[in-house]
Amino acid sequence: MAEPVAKLSKKDFESDQEVRWCPGCGDYSVLANVQRVMPELGVPRENFVFVSGIGCSSRFPYYMNTYGFHTIHGRAPAFATGIKLARPELSVWVITGDGDGLSIGGNHLLHVIRRNVDLQVLLFNNRIYGLTKGQFSPTSRLGMKNKSVPMGVIDYPLDPAAFALGAGATFVARTVDVDAAGLQDVLRRAHAHKGTAFVEILQNCPVYNDGEWEAIEDKRTRVEAALPLEHGEPLVWGPKGRRRGIRIDHGVPKLVELRDDEDPIAAGVTVHDEKHEGPAYAFALATLAPPEFPIPVGVLRAVERPSYERLLEEQIQGAVAARGAGDLRKLLHSGDTWSVEA
Amino acid sequence: MREDFLSTAEAPSGREKRKPSQQVERVAIRFAGDSGDGMQLTGTKFTESTALAGNDLSTLPDFPAEIRAPAGTLAGVSGFQIHFASSDIRTPADQPDVLVAMNPAALLANLGDVRRGGMVIVNSDAFTDKNLERAGYAEDPLPALRDRYRLVEVPLTRLNFEALQDLSLSQRDAGRCKNFFALGLMYWLYNRPVEPTLKWIDERFRGDMREANRRVLLAGYHFGETSELFPVSFEVPRAKIEPGVYRNITGNTALAWGVVAAGVRMQRPVFLGAYPITPASDVLHELAKHRQFGVKTFQAEDEIAAASSAVGAAFAGMLAMTVTSGPGFLLKQEALNLAVVAELPLVAVDIQRAGPSTGMPTKAEQADLLMALFGRSSDSPMPVLAPATPGECFSVMLEAFRLAVKYMTPVVVLSDGYLANSAEPWQIPDVDTLPRHGIAFRTDPEGFAPYLRDPETLARPWAIPGTPGLEHRIGGLEKQDVSGNVSYLPDNHQRMTDLRREKIAHIAHEIAPVEPNGAESGRLLVVGWGGTFGAITSAVDEARDDGLDVSSIHLRNLNPFPPNLGDVLRRFDRVLVPELNTGQLVKLLRAEFLIPAEGLSKVQGQPFHVAEIRARIEKMLEA
Repeated sequence: MAEPVAKLSKKDFESDQEVRWCPGCGDYSVLANVQRVMPELGVPRENFVFVSGIGCSSRFPYYMNTYGFHTIHGRAPAFATGIKLARPELSVWVITGDGDGLSIGGNHLLHVIRRNVDLQVLLFNNRIYGLTKGQFSPTSRLGMKNKSVPMGVIDYPLDPAAFALGAGATFVARTVDVDAAGLQDVLRRAHAHKGTAFVEILQNCPVYNDGEWEAIEDKRTRVEAALPLEHGEPLVWGPKGRRRGIRIDHGVPKLVELRDDEDPIAAGVTVHDEKHEGPAYAFALATLAPPEFPIPVGVLRAVERPSYERLLEEQIQGAVAARGAGDLRKLLHSGDTWSVEA
Repeated sequence: MREDFLSTAEAPSGREKRKPSQQVERVAIRFAGDSGDGMQLTGTKFTESTALAGNDLSTLPDFPAEIRAPAGTLAGVSGFQIHFASSDIRTPADQPDVLVAMNPAALLANLGDVRRGGMVIVNSDAFTDKNLERAGYAEDPLPALRDRYRLVEVPLTRLNFEALQDLSLSQRDAGRCKNFFALGLMYWLYNRPVEPTLKWIDERFRGDMREANRRVLLAGYHFGETSELFPVSFEVPRAKIEPGVYRNITGNTALAWGVVAAGVRMQRPVFLGAYPITPASDVLHELAKHRQFGVKTFQAEDEIAAASSAVGAAFAGMLAMTVTSGPGFLLKQEALNLAVVAELPLVAVDIQRAGPSTGMPTKAEQADLLMALFGRSSDSPMPVLAPATPGECFSVMLEAFRLAVKYMTPVVVLSDGYLANSAEPWQIPDVDTLPRHGIAFRTDPEGFAPYLRDPETLARPWAIPGTPGLEHRIGGLEKQDVSGNVSYLPDNHQRMTDLRREKIAHIAHEIAPVEPNGAESGRLLVVGWGGTFGAITSAVDEARDDGLDVSSIHLRNLNPFPPNLGDVLRRFDRVLVPELNTGQLVKLLRAEFLIPAEGLSKVQGQPFHVAEIRARIEKMLEA
């Protein structure tokens, strides 16, 4: 039998498989933090299912000592939807990347979010195809040069959090691979959310796109590069002497320079509200980007809406209440029938 | 109730008949009109009444893919053929004896099929210059028909409006009733009961529309009785049918109910992942009605997600399936390929239609056999089943789920557009006698390994999430034998490929041996599969009645084949394989058994005519 949930530790979530990401890959940190958070969630280990597509990040389920399914390129949200609809009591986690989730799997990601199936999507965004050895991805910056675009990327990049918001996400968060505290906090919030919880994890690929997120990963520069989001707190960041805030006015973000002792709210800085019904505010946040703006990290949006599998269960219960439990004999004899006598 | 319906079959209550009636053994009628004329509904209602009158029957709906093609044009012609008899029949008939044509385009599109000397009933009001031109007639075709057919010109539009004069219906609504005038007339002409349709009208319509439909149906009926145009009516006596309770059923309804039955009998909830596609959508529609059985239908964002969600549901322990047609089946192959290596049980149904690509969505073909067998990357074996009749679409689903679960494998079911939409009387099975196969999930962690196989079936255990101690990972990467861990070792890949192949091949031992219809050996064996059963069997039976040395077998299992198939094939001098493709099963038989089997191909979006197969049989036996 399963051990009592309370006794589980990080070790219980480590599978016996040797982890085979490149040395220095951001995925190691994500894996360790996920394994650390799992025992706290109050879910029996056998009820966790990790589902992935194809790509470096998609090897993730092999390293989790839970149920896992390494599926097809881009389709993980569809497999996960089937699992969750079949068994709503399971805790389903989709592991995907910027190529898997936003290129080949863009359609499935869009629709799982739109339906608000109660599962967690962790999208590792390293802005590159790693497993196929370094082609540009849908989130790669314009002008970036690599094997498949020696003269530079001419595709306009997609912002994963903005994409999720456009799809109607009820929960959107962004966090950083090496920020253990921030990452763990977001994972807990994502798990607690009823509906699709979309989490973009900024992740470094040390081989094909090293340093893409250096400013926000490095603790020394993070205070300059990241805007930490806290519900009910003003949008303020920066070190002493370089304190700044953001005012979002009709969807347009504006910088507000602050003195160290100045009250940001009095200075017109917007107070973060993750519960805005409409997505416009969160969208404005999601699209803030360097060099002018910091990268917001934390929970951008968290609103409540019934989840898909719950509505499906309600329809089943409603049908049983209205018509009684299914009766096969009655079904086969429904409508016009006739008897042929011997 | 039923007895009442049947007794009215002979003498509709309150509608005493004075004209003589003549007995005939079988009749085929085709209703044809614009796709907006309600021809499918007219045909369906006639079919229901015919079933209640106790005849054996077979139907062929034939409609365009366009919902409303331009009125009066050939592209918009919709037809429904019904063949009914006092004896056993298996096809909707090669040639209709009666054509009901609601406009010139319907006449032009269908006249060529009508039996020489047959009856052609036209709505003479529709033969205006404008309609003739739209259909492409240079001149009025009716005068020339009078010599060759029994032409009956009924001013249907006018009679319809006259019947509705005092009702406050729009011109458009009133015009839409005229198909029921034709239906009522045909009820009189073939002594069908009117009551079931009147009852249906009462349930379906309200107010003036109810009154209008009732009136027009009865007006058509009385027109037959009073008009000089019809001196006699016809009676097709009840067929001698095995005792039991019957209903009409189309292949798609039978298939959906087979899925519900599998869930009930295997005591597991059903999951259907589907994406709308003609002619498979009706299975989704039907299953979506039955949430009270715990059936979870999921309309996915595309065919790929439909199949993928079903694989996910199978992993989670449901009786999972997906249903589609050719172009969608193509998109599902990657998910099915994963299900092969992950060794998960699910059923994928392909209701084949004419292709390639979008092709002719509402027309039948059986050209996806090779895709079902070989349309995935690498060696990816799967059992393939094919129902032969609309009614068999029920039992094939029970069998498909049984195989899927027993052998932990995806299973393909190949139906087609003809089986899907055709109706036949179906003896309702006794629910308690339906096969019942329990499902044993693995629960014991002791000695568990994800790919540790049952020594007899070679199936791996079905260990579903939520089971303590069985946490494991599966996926598309090659599996190490037993442990299921990722492995790239050369010998292991050989072994796993062999195991996957053997597991499916091994199913042959539990497939019933084929028994020829006709003789055990002889000069010619006709081999068929799928929806061509009726035409092939009828052609072979007719030829045998005429003393020809020909027999037939019909394959329900396309992979693996029945165990004695090779022996049976070799007992005949020649083998003929009629298929609605350019030669797919024939290729397999030649490759597998090294015999010079010959093909008979038809790819017109239409089922075989009995006569086409019969002619080939005769030709081959002449030599």
